[in-house]
This record gives sequence, C-alpha cells and structure tokens, in this order.
Amino acid sequence: MSMPTPFMADRRIGKALANLLMRNHIWVFLTLAILVFSFSSPYFLTLNNLGNVLTQGAFIGILAVGMTMVMINGEIDLSVGATLALASALAIGLQDSIGVWPAVFTGFLSGVALGALNGTLVALSGMHSFIVTLGALIGIRGLVFVYSGENALMVTDFSYTEYPEIYLGPVSLTAIIFFALALFFQWVLTSTRHGRETYAVGDNIEAANDAGIKIKRHKVINFTICGAMAAIAGILLSMRLGTAEPNAGRIWELWTIIAVVLGGTRLIGGFGNMWMTIGGVLTLAVLRNGLRLLNTPNYVELMVMGGVLILALSLDKLLAHKGVH
Amino acid sequence: MDTVLSVSKVTKTFPGVKALDAVSFDIRAGEVHALVGENGAGKSTLMKVLAGLHAPDGGEIIHQGEPIRVNSPLEARRRGILLIHQELSLSPELSVAENIYLGAWPTNALGVLRKRKLRRDAQAALDALGSDIRPESRVGDLSIARQQMVEVARAQAFNANVAIFDEPTASLTDAEKDQLFKTIRALQDRGVGVVYISHKMDEIFEITDRITVLRDGQVQGTVETAETDVGSITRMMIGRELESYFHRAQEKFGDEALRVEGLTKAGLFSDVSFSVRAGEVLGLYGLVGAGRSEVVETIFGVRQADSGKLFWQGQEVSFPTPRQAIDMGLSLVPESRKEQGLVLNMGGRENTSLPHLLDFSRMTVMDRAKELRTFDEYRALLEIKTTGPEQPVSTLSGGNQQKFVLAKWLCAAPKLIILDEPTRGIDVGSKSAIHELIAGLAEKGLAVIVISSEMPEVLGISHRVLAMAEGRLVAEFKETEMSEENLINAVSRHKPTPALTMTAAE
Amino acid sequence: MTTSRTDLVRRHGLLMAFGLFLAGVAVTADGFLTFGNFVDVLRQVSITGMMAIGVTFVVIIGRLDLSVGSMLTLLTVIVVDQHNSAGPLGAIAMTLLAGILIGAWNGLLIGYFRLNALIVTLAMLSFLQGMTLLYSGGANVNIANSETTWFAMFGRGSVLGIPVPVIFFLGGAVIASFVLRRTVFGRTVYAVGGNETTSVFSGIAAPRTIFVTYVISGATTAIAAIIMGSRVMGAQNTIGQGYELTVLAGIILGGTSLMGGSGSIWRTVIGISMLGFIQNGLLLLGFAYYVQWLVTWVVIIVAVWIDLATKRGRVLA
Repeated sequence: MSMPTPFMADRRIGKALANLLMRNHIWVFLTLAILVFSFSSPYFLTLNNLGNVLTQGAFIGILAVGMTMVMINGEIDLSVGATLALASALAIGLQDSIGVWPAVFTGFLSGVALGALNGTLVALSGMHSFIVTLGALIGIRGLVFVYSGENALMVTDFSYTEYPEIYLGPVSLTAIIFFALALFFQWVLTSTRHGRETYAVGDNIEAANDAGIKIKRHKVINFTICGAMAAIAGILLSMRLGTAEPNAGRIWELWTIIAVVLGGTRLIGGFGNMWMTIGGVLTLAVLRNGLRLLNTPNYVELMVMGGVLILALSLDKLLAHKGVH
Repeated sequence: MDTVLSVSKVTKTFPGVKALDAVSFDIRAGEVHALVGENGAGKSTLMKVLAGLHAPDGGEIIHQGEPIRVNSPLEARRRGILLIHQELSLSPELSVAENIYLGAWPTNALGVLRKRKLRRDAQAALDALGSDIRPESRVGDLSIARQQMVEVARAQAFNANVAIFDEPTASLTDAEKDQLFKTIRALQDRGVGVVYISHKMDEIFEITDRITVLRDGQVQGTVETAETDVGSITRMMIGRELESYFHRAQEKFGDEALRVEGLTKAGLFSDVSFSVRAGEVLGLYGLVGAGRSEVVETIFGVRQADSGKLFWQGQEVSFPTPRQAIDMGLSLVPESRKEQGLVLNMGGRENTSLPHLLDFSRMTVMDRAKELRTFDEYRALLEIKTTGPEQPVSTLSGGNQQKFVLAKWLCAAPKLIILDEPTRGIDVGSKSAIHELIAGLAEKGLAVIVISSEMPEVLGISHRVLAMAEGRLVAEFKETEMSEENLINAVSRHKPTPALTMTAAE
Repeated sequence: MTTSRTDLVRRHGLLMAFGLFLAGVAVTADGFLTFGNFVDVLRQVSITGMMAIGVTFVVIIGRLDLSVGSMLTLLTVIVVDQHNSAGPLGAIAMTLLAGILIGAWNGLLIGYFRLNALIVTLAMLSFLQGMTLLYSGGANVNIANSETTWFAMFGRGSVLGIPVPVIFFLGGAVIASFVLRRTVFGRTVYAVGGNETTSVFSGIAAPRTIFVTYVISGATTAIAAIIMGSRVMGAQNTIGQGYELTVLAGIILGGTSLMGGSGSIWRTVIGISMLGFIQNGLLLLGFAYYVQWLVTWVVIIVAVWIDLATKRGRVLA
C-alpha cells in the first residue's frame, strides 16, 4: 500500500529474525547443549555415544510423534505411558500362547483401540481431552496390572530381544523407526488433507466447522495415531528389555509433553511440527546422556529439565510479547 | 433482473423466542440488498439460516429456481452461498490459499494435497478481485482488512452467486472501506447477489440497491434505496417516531473533576489533553481504532502511560491499577460487556458488588444481605429483567446485561463515570433508558465521559464533544458548534499514516 | 414436574449415583456400612483430600497444579529428616515454610509472569523430584524415635475416636469452604477464574490472587506431608508419585470444571471420598487394589459425561 521507510525495513528484519528464533529456538538449545557436553566430556562426541543418545531418545520420541499430532489438533493425551506398558505386556505375555508376531500384533492393536476409544470419547462427549485421558491413564494402568497380576513378564524365547539389534552404522533400528515415523507424519502434516485439516481444527475450530471440516473424525484419527505410536514404543521397549514391567512408562507422558513443548509446539493447538518435536526429543536425550556422562547425580538431570522447560516457556512468552505472531 | 435466492415464509424458533416469523424476501442477481433492523430483529438468524448454520423450522428457500435445504455451511458454499463473517472465519496459521479453499482442498485419491493446483486456483481468485495478496502468505501476518479480502476471495473462488456481508466495515479505516466497496461492486458486476448487513445508514445508502427491514423477526417491508430516506427506514426499524430519542442533561457545571495533560502511549495515542467538570457530559467521538478506549483505559489504570499527567479534583494523581482509580471515585463502563464488564457465570448480585468487595464486607467476610439490598435497589432503578439475584447474567439479553454493568459501576456512588460505547448492540428501549440515566447522573453532579462511534448519540447527549483520530485529539466542539458535518470533517482530515496502519495491523 | 426432576438430577445427580454405589456395595459386602469403616475411608483419603483442598483453589481460578505430587515427596522427606535433627516443632515449621515457598514460586511464574500453568507445574514436578534426590542423597529416611515422639499424633492419633488426619481434612475443608464462599478473597478467586479481564477492570489484583491460590496449594500439601510423614514415620523418594493425578481425578469427579470460575470445596470432598469408597468397597469385595483404577476410569468418564450432558440437555456433543 505504501513505500516501506528505512525504519520499517529495519523493523521487518528484526521481526523476521525474532520470528525465526522463536519458531526454531529448540535448535539453539540443542546446539548449545551439544557444545557444552562436547567440551566437558571426551566421551560425548563419539559415534558410539551419539548412537546411544538416539536410541535412548527414540522411545520418548515415538510417543512424542503421536503427541504432536494430538497437540496440533488442540488436544492432549496423558495416557501414552500406560498404553505403552499395556502393549509391552501383551507383546510379551501372549507369546507363549499365540506366538511372537501375533502377540506383537495384538499389542499394537491394543494401542490402536485405546487411542480410538480416547478419541471417540473426546469427540462424542465434548469432554476436555485432559479429563478423558487422565481417566484413561489411571484405568489403562489398572488393565496392565489386571493382565500381568502385578508381575514383570519375561520373554521365554530370547531371540525376541535380538530383533531391534539391527544397526545402520551407530544408529539402531529403534532410532531409525523413530525418525521414519517422524518424517512420515511430518509429510502427513504438510501434504495431506488430514494433516492440514488437523492444523485448521487446532487453529480455529469454528472456522473449520463452518467450512465443513469433519472435526470429530480428525480427532479420532489423531488419538488413534497417538495410541498406535505408544504401542509401537511399548513393543520396541519390550524387545529391548526382554521384560514387561507393569510400571513401565510411568510418568513418560510427562516427559513426552516436555519434549514436544520444548520443541515449540503449542499446547493450544494449530502450531507446531515434527521438526520441532525431533529437536525437543534430541535436546532432552542429549541433556540426559550428557549429564550422565559427566557423572552428575540423576537429580541434576531432573532439575536441569525443569529449568530448561521454564526457560523455553519464558522465551516463547517474551518473544510473543514483542508481537512476533 | 433474475432472482437468485428467494426466502419464503421461513420460521425459526429458539426456546422462548420466535427469531424468524414467516420471513419472505428475495435477492436478485447483481444487486446489493441491505438487511437492516435493530439488534435481535432476526438479521443474524436469517443470515445463519441462509448460510446453513441453522436449519429453519418451516418455510422454503428457493435457490436458482429449485427449493433447497442447506444443512451445513459446506452445502451452502457448494451451492454458491457464501458468508463473510463479522468475526472472521479464518485460520491464522494456515496460508491464504489454504484459507480460501478451507474444507475443500483439492486432493488425489489418497488424500494427498494437490498444492500446486491449490495455489494456482487461489491466485486466480485473488487476481479476479484485483488483490495483490500472495497465496502463500500466512493469514495471521495480514491486516484485518486484508484478512477480510481473503474471505471475499473465498466467495470468488467458490463462484458465489450469493455473498452475505455481515457488518463488514466494523473495523476498517475509510480507505479500506472504499477498497471493500470496490470489491463488492466487482462482485455485483459479475452478477452476484450481495446481501449487506449493517447498522451504518450512510454506508447502506451509498452501496445498496434495495433495503429489507426486519423487526421482531418479521419483515416490515422491502424498498428501493433510491426511493427512501434514513428517516423512513429508521421508522420502519423501530416502529415509532424518534422525537424524544436523546436526552441532554441540564447545564449545571461544578468544579473540574478530571484533567489530563499530554497523555502518551507509544503506538496507541499521543499528547492527549482535556478536562471534564462535575455535571458535564463530555463526548469522545472517533472511529474504531482511533485510540479512544485505550485513552480511557489508561486513565483508569488498566494500562500505563509512557508520559503525561492526571489531575483529579485539582491534585496530581497516578493510578497504577484500576483499584486506585475506583477508590478515588472513578468508574469505567468498558467497551465489551462480555469480555470486560461481566463475569458471565455469576449472577447479578455478585457482578454488581465486584468492584467494591471491601465495601460489601465486614472484616473481609462478604455481607450478603447488603449485596442483596443493592441488587434489589438497582434492579428496580434500572428496570432489569432477571429472575433473581443468582440467575447467571450469561442468560440475560444484551440490554439487561449492560444494565448490570451500569449497576456495578454506579452502586458505589462514583464522582466520574466513563462510558465506552454504552449502547452498542442493545435494543432501542434499553438505549433510551441508558441515555436518560446518563442525563440524570450529570444533573446529580457526576462528571460523565461518553465514548461513542454513533454520531447522533454523541451529539444528542453531550455538552461538549472531542474528536479523536489516529491516536490524537483533533478537534473540540462546544454545544453550539456540534454538528455531524463538523465531526466528520474533523476526523476525516486526518488520514491514517502508513506507520500507524502497520501498528494497527499487528 | 419434569423440569424439577431434571433439576434434581442436574444438581444432585452425582450424589445420587454415589448413593446408589454405596447401597450396592453395602448389600454385597459385610462391614462396609459401619461407622468404623466410614471413618477408616476418610482417614485413608485424608492426605489426598488435604492436597485437593488447596488444588481446588487453583482449579477454580482456572489453572492447574501438577507439582503437588513431587512437592508431597519432597516435603515428606523434609519433615521426616528435620524431625531427627530439629525436633517435631522445627520440622513442622520448616515443612510449612518450604511448602509455602514452593507454592509462591509457582505463583510467581504463573500469576505475575503469566506463564502457562500446565507447563510450569510440569517443570516443577521434574525439578522437585530432583530437589528430593538432592536433599536425601537418594536414601530413604526414617524417624528415629518413632515410638516416643508426639509427632505421631498427626498421622496416627485420634480424638474421641476420630482420627486426627480426618479432623485435619474435614476441618481444613470447612475453613477452606468458608474462605471460598464467604470471604472477599474467595469471591475474587471465582471472579478471576470466571473472567480474568473483567476482574482486572473491576480493580481486582488478578496476579496476586493467582499467586495466593498457589501458596494455599503449597501450604495444604505441606500439611498433607506432615500427616504422611507422621503416619509412615519415614519417607521414600517416590512416596508422592502420581498423587497429582489422584488429586485432580477427585476434583474432576466432584464436578469442579477445569475451565475455572465454578466448583466448590464440598464437591472436592465428595469426589475424593468417592475415590476412597470405591477403593474400600472393591477391597472389601475381594478385588485386587488395582481394580479400583479401572473403576475410577469408568466413573470419571461417566460422571463428567453426565454432568456435561445435563448442562447441555443432550448426550452427544
């Protein structure tokens, strides 16, 4: 409409920079963390260790992929840790009676079914997903205990634990699956109707409704994806450990939310992507790994995580205040 | 001209209200058809029925010769009936192209988006409107006027034959309004039937061909715009003459109550100075976005000024929060009664006492009996229709809600009351009751500041009017100099500068 | 007639469902409907109940507090450890002070700095776990003179046959309910939760009010930790894990909305007690303790759904 004055151009550059920083602050954190640990521990920047970081981060990472879908949709899923435990218990517990792969498949289906149940309850009842999945968190954990009778289930055929022992260089199969899922769902988010409409629903639900977008269907699909991701993480965990603890994955839902939010995906929906989530997951994994290499007691890790999360939130707030939106 | 859409005896009942009562009217191809009426007359219900947001209880809608039943907005859109909302129905995080085709994106059989086609189609729709908006821009980065253009592009893209504009100029500058009218004329030239809903008579007489007036859910008549005038339309809308519509207080001024000197807040307003005396009604006129609400919110302590001074009864004061202002005897009836004026799930009793909790308590324990006495007193005084002190105000009509906002700000006997758009969106009866109340307050010795964007209102009730434009006071008129012409000249001489447009857009 | 009946269901539907549940268990399980059992259930829920009283303030103001579980752990460790070094009185004072300080920190970030409550308290959940390990060095702590200390009274004592924890819980509920319903402060909590902007325009210091609700939440958690430490006479580093969710479940079950602006202490007492009676009834019926989790799931979903459906007048959204 009018010629930009030098002052405005200046502001625009500042704005673009601030925007860039705000939308990608997680990579600044990650770089910083890698730099700090590279200088402070000789073991950190080795291929072997970096491979470990990826494997350790991949379980939360796979949960985070599903959580990102749900959060962009404007919802939250607190039940992923419990679902992970159930899938893991079924995958191991059923092996003796129905065989390995049918057991794994049943474990996977349990996650899909519980995700679909959460999604259907949220969509049909109009209840807040925080409440629905808080109930599910408690109840599914109950199911795990009922099924396992409070005991850790052990595999009898130990070849089961060798399935994830496939490596691409230092990168484990688990990590590869995490990246593959993250990239696939990033593609879903940017290039498919379901993905774009997930943003539309999280961003402005009334506009989406008026435009005839099937809000409920997208919510059910995303919760189902989230449940399926939790089941995959649970199955991979059972393969890695060879046992299924009834308490497996306890409070992992919180770590998952931390990873996703740290990445920059917003709790209110409509904003975020898988790149951010990968960044959040890796930052979390690097912090945990690096702090352990430094032989810091594990409380440092917990405290640093809490501190970093509040820092990320403050940064988001600060930049938002400067009118970056 | 052909009729694109005709509505015949459409009825819609909500619990307790007959919102539409056998409404019939028709829209011709290539005309701009105004839909006017007081709030609650049924305009928005009718619009929602047409757009597929409400299903009618009875009657028929005939679109291009065939009777139709629109069950969803998407269905309406497919038929070419598009609604350009008062509150924009856009997703700020999505691109312009995605927003234009929201809910109808081209995909292949697997549900994968055909991005290039989406972009191309969106570009074509924007080109047809002569807009330079880029289809890949993020909608959240655009100004309000440009966002509205995206909605119009949506009408273009869906090959609309009926486009319904609901109060489209509410937050536009004059220049943006002219741009919008150009676009509406472009749609009109292409044979689109345009429905134009507005409260602003000057716009209606500028752009429309015919006017249909609604009152209490019934059509009062449809007339050719060229053959009528504002007076007869207003008479049709309210069903009576307007002679005693406004009531100005008797002049009986006391000492200066409030003086403002050089009040400045970067990006919002600058160097605002004025004073108001006890018993005086001071009008503050300006377009939306001129900075009027921001000025009074700053006086009241909701915002903090960068510089400037406040004098209260001759003493310099500062209000870091509204608390200090309230304790000094100031009241602010804010612009948005639902967002700033009321706690909607509370009843009238609790809303009324909210700013003065300590006055309604003994040793910090709430004095319920006193609250009830005050509630009863103001329910009678303001003739508020409510079933009781605990009925949530969310269930009351706009006029009755506004009366509770007034009750809340009057019950502690303030010395100065600031009213920001006190009659916006309420029915005629409540409106004149509020005007009378304002006059009565001034006659009792209160200083009153009234903000309004309705020129007749501000001229009808004030003793003195300040005109505001782009964050500055641009003129002051005494009672003898007040006229619509002077006001319009004052605010339109100051065209918005690019810098301020930028700020407003963010 | 019909309207009055739906009104009754709307207002007391939860209570009626609860009554039906109690009656059902009473006829099938022996010893359920006795005064002794009733008091026993209340004693069992007194710790979560005490915490829930404080968190109810936070929920009514439209925020969340997920840090109370970790806070309970840390404060229990503190009270037990300090009991050995500073004696009962010193331990109690320090625990209360620590609870109030942690609550104040939450309140500072959420009320004054306006950060998202879910994330801040989630971060604090993690941070306080770390603090606990830092404080305890990872070891369990126990009270040395557990047989002789008068500190035992808080968790194990009773007055006129009523356990002290129950007196604390119900007494706390009465005080909190009075504060919420009758005082100026209580009114501001509802106002800020109902509409924060309106509250600010009405001269209410919203940040301070939010701040105070978190301080209350910290203080009630400190009292819960004192009861816990006294009952167990020791503390592990995971003793409060998951309590934040049980507390929230009870509040939600009581019918307090997470949207803020509505709810009450008595609803929380009912919700928390309901969780206790479900647990107790199922145990008496011979089910394993974890079956209560499954039942809790179903009860929460059904209760909240019914609540929503009666408000909307239809079952599906």
